[in-house]
Amino acid sequence: MKQLTPKERMKIPRHAMIEQDPQVRNRNFEEVNLGYAEQMAIEEAQRCLQCPKPTCVEGCPVHIQIKDFIAFIAEGDFLGAVKKIKEDNALPAICGRVCPQEEQCEQACVVGKRNDPVAIGYLERFVADYERNSGKVDIPVPKPSTGKRVAIVGSGPAGLSCANDLCQLGHEVTVFEALHELGGVLVYGIPEFRLPKAIVRKEIDGLKAMGVRFETDAVIGRITTVDELLGEEGFDAVFLGVGAGLPWFMGIPGENMVGVYSANEFLTRVNLMKAYEFPNYDSPILDCHDKNVAVFGGGNTAMDAVRTAKRLGARNAYCIYRRSEREMPARVEEVKHAKEEGIQFMLLTSPLEFLGDENEWLHAVRLIKMELGEPDDSGRRRPIPIKGSEYELSIDIAIVAIGNGANPLIPQTTPDIEMSKRGTIVVDEETMKTSKKGVFAGGDIVTGGATVILAMGAGRKAAQAIDQYITSGEW
Amino acid sequence: MFKIINARFLAENIKMFEIEAAKIAKKRKAGQFVIIRIDEHGERIPLTIADSNLEKGTISLIVQGVGKTTKELNMKETGDTILDVVGPLGKPSEIENFGTAVSVGGGVGTAIAYPTAVALKEAGNYVITINGARSKDLVILEDEMKAVSDESYVTTDDGSYGFHGFVTQKLQELIDQGKKIDFVLAIGPIPMMRAIAEVTRPYKIKTVVSLNPIMIDGTGMCGGCRVIVNGKTQFACVDGPEFDAHAVDFKNLVDRNRTYADLEKKALEKFEHNCHLVEKINELEK
Repeated sequence: MKQLTPKERMKIPRHAMIEQDPQVRNRNFEEVNLGYAEQMAIEEAQRCLQCPKPTCVEGCPVHIQIKDFIAFIAEGDFLGAVKKIKEDNALPAICGRVCPQEEQCEQACVVGKRNDPVAIGYLERFVADYERNSGKVDIPVPKPSTGKRVAIVGSGPAGLSCANDLCQLGHEVTVFEALHELGGVLVYGIPEFRLPKAIVRKEIDGLKAMGVRFETDAVIGRITTVDELLGEEGFDAVFLGVGAGLPWFMGIPGENMVGVYSANEFLTRVNLMKAYEFPNYDSPILDCHDKNVAVFGGGNTAMDAVRTAKRLGARNAYCIYRRSEREMPARVEEVKHAKEEGIQFMLLTSPLEFLGDENEWLHAVRLIKMELGEPDDSGRRRPIPIKGSEYELSIDIAIVAIGNGANPLIPQTTPDIEMSKRGTIVVDEETMKTSKKGVFAGGDIVTGGATVILAMGAGRKAAQAIDQYITSGEW
Repeated sequence: MFKIINARFLAENIKMFEIEAAKIAKKRKAGQFVIIRIDEHGERIPLTIADSNLEKGTISLIVQGVGKTTKELNMKETGDTILDVVGPLGKPSEIENFGTAVSVGGGVGTAIAYPTAVALKEAGNYVITINGARSKDLVILEDEMKAVSDESYVTTDDGSYGFHGFVTQKLQELIDQGKKIDFVLAIGPIPMMRAIAEVTRPYKIKTVVSLNPIMIDGTGMCGGCRVIVNGKTQFACVDGPEFDAHAVDFKNLVDRNRTYADLEKKALEKFEHNCHLVEKINELEK
C-alpha cells in the first residue's frame, strides 16, 4: 500500500461510530455502539500521523503504545494490533468501551489540534472485538513460577489488571470476590448497553486460562482478614482493590422513603440480579413502566441509571443536576447518547425534600433552581440556590447517583492500615504501598469514585511494586 | 456450591439446615448472618446464623417459609445444595457481662436469639430466655434455650403451651416482679421488637434488636438495607444488624420492607402454581 502523506491523512474525516437507533435502543439492553467495520478501522488508522513523539501515549494512564498498535491496524494486521495493546492493557475490549478517551489519549492527539482526533478508543475496541470473534485469543504464557503467592481482594478493574501482570511475572495469584459474579463494577454497575457482560466474562476467562485463580462469595475482612491472608493463608503480599463502597445520599428529608434508591442498588438489581426479568429471576425492582423516574447527579453512574430507567419503560426519565452541563462529570458521549434516547435534563436544579404518603411511598420531590457562583475547591463553579424558585415535581422513583464513600469493611477489620479522613486508604503514589507491610491498594478505595482505566493503571503500578517487594523481600 | 448435610422441620413451615461451610463456621460469631442464593435465578437473601459446628465444619440456618425464596429453600432436603452462601456478615453482637440479660425470641426469631443467649451465658450473665410462638406446635429450640438459661419461659399467643400471652407481657411481668434486668435482646417480627422496645423504654433498660431490612450485597455497597437509628441513616449490613431498640425508626423499617410486597406476592403465586403443577404431574405419573 502506498504511504499517505501527512496532508492526505489529515484530509480523512473521523469515522463516526455505528450506533443503534436511539428510539429503538431506548427500549432494549443491547449495546448502543455497534463498532467499526474492518475497512472503516483501516481508514481511521490511516488518519494517525505516526508522530515521532506520540503525545497520545502520555495521555493514556497505562501508556498503551497507541501509535504502534494503530500502525498494525493501518496495515490490516488486527491481531498484531491487539497483541501490542495487551503489552500494556489486559482488558482492551473493556477499556475501548468505557475509557474517557476524549479526556486522555484523544485529547492529546496531534490530529485533534486541527481536526477531530483519531478515534483511538473505537480502534482499541475494534481490534479487541476482532480478536475475540476470531477465536484466536492470544493467551500470554507466564514466566516460570516464582513460588510467590499474591492475594488480590476485589475482581474489578484494579484487581483484574493487577492479577494479569503478576500472573505474567510468574507469581501465583488468587483473586477474592465478595459477590457471586466476577468483575466488580464492570458487572454490577456498568449496564449491558454500555458494556456487555459476555465481554467481561471473556476477558476474565482469558485470565483464568493464563492461571489466575478466582474465589467468589469471599468477603475479605469477614471470612478471612488481611492479617490471615499474610499469615496462615501464606500469601506474600495482598492487593486491596475493593472499590468504592457506601453510596452517598444527599442528607435531605424523605431520603429513606420507599422508592428512593441509591444508583448502586438500582443498577445492581438490574445488571447483576437481572431484576428486569422478574419473575423469571427472583430479585424484584419497582416497576418503572409508565412512571416518572428522577436520577440525581451528573456523572457516568447517573447516566447509566437514567438510561436504564428509560429502558425499563419510564414515561419520563429525568436527570436532575445542580450545576450546568459544562460541569457534568459524565463522559460527553454518555450525555449525548442520553439526550438522543429522550432523557430529560433538568440542569441547575437541586432537590430539597422527598414527599410521600403516610406509608412513605414517594410521590414527589421539591426542587429549587440554582445559579452558578464562584469556582469552588473542585474548580467548578459553585451552585447557589435562587430564593423563591422552589417547585414540586411528581415522581414515582428517585435514584441518588452522587458518588460513593469508601467501603468500611477493610478498615473495620484491619485497623493498622492508615486511612484518610474521607475513609479512603492512604498509599504511596508511586508504589501503591499502604502503611501496612505487604499490603498494597489501588482503584476507587484509594481515589474515591473514579474511572475504570485509572483503577487499572493503579493495579498495574501496584503489580510492579508487588513484584519488586516479593522478589527482593525489601519493603 | 454448598451442601446441605442435614435438613429437618422444627415446626410447621420452619426448617433447620446444617450446611457445609467450614470457613464460615470457624469465623462466625453470635449475631452475624450469611447471604444465600439458591440458584442462578435466585435472589440474595440474608439469614442469621443460628449455630455452627466446628468439627463438622457446618453452620445452621433456621428458615421460615414466608415468600418464594424461603419456601423454595424449605423444599431442599439433606444432600441438596445451595449455590451461594456468603458470610459471616454484619457486626457480631456486642456481648459483655451485663448482669442479668434477657434474650427474647419471637417465632423464628428464636433461632437468632439462641446463639446470642449462648454468648451471653458464656460472658457470665444471669440469662433469662423468653421463647414466644403463636401456639405450641410452633415453639422451636425449647430444649436448647432451656439449656443455656438460668430461667427460661415459653409463651404462646393462644395459651396452648407455657405462659398464655405475648413475650412482652412475660417481660413486663418479670419487671413488675422487681427483677433487676440490665440488658434485653429481642429478635422476632418487627411489631414484637417494637413492642419490647416500648416495654423497656420507661425503665431505661439497654435493649438491642436485630433488624432484617431488604439487602443485596451485604457489604455496604448497595445501601438497600438502610435504617434510621437516632435520626441517622445506618446500613444494617455493615453498621448492624443489631441496633439500640430505643433509637430505631420502626415505622420506616416496616414501610421499607413493604417495598416489594406486591411483587413478592406475584412471585409466590407463580411459584406455588408451578409446585402445584409438578404435584399434579407426579400424581398422574403414578
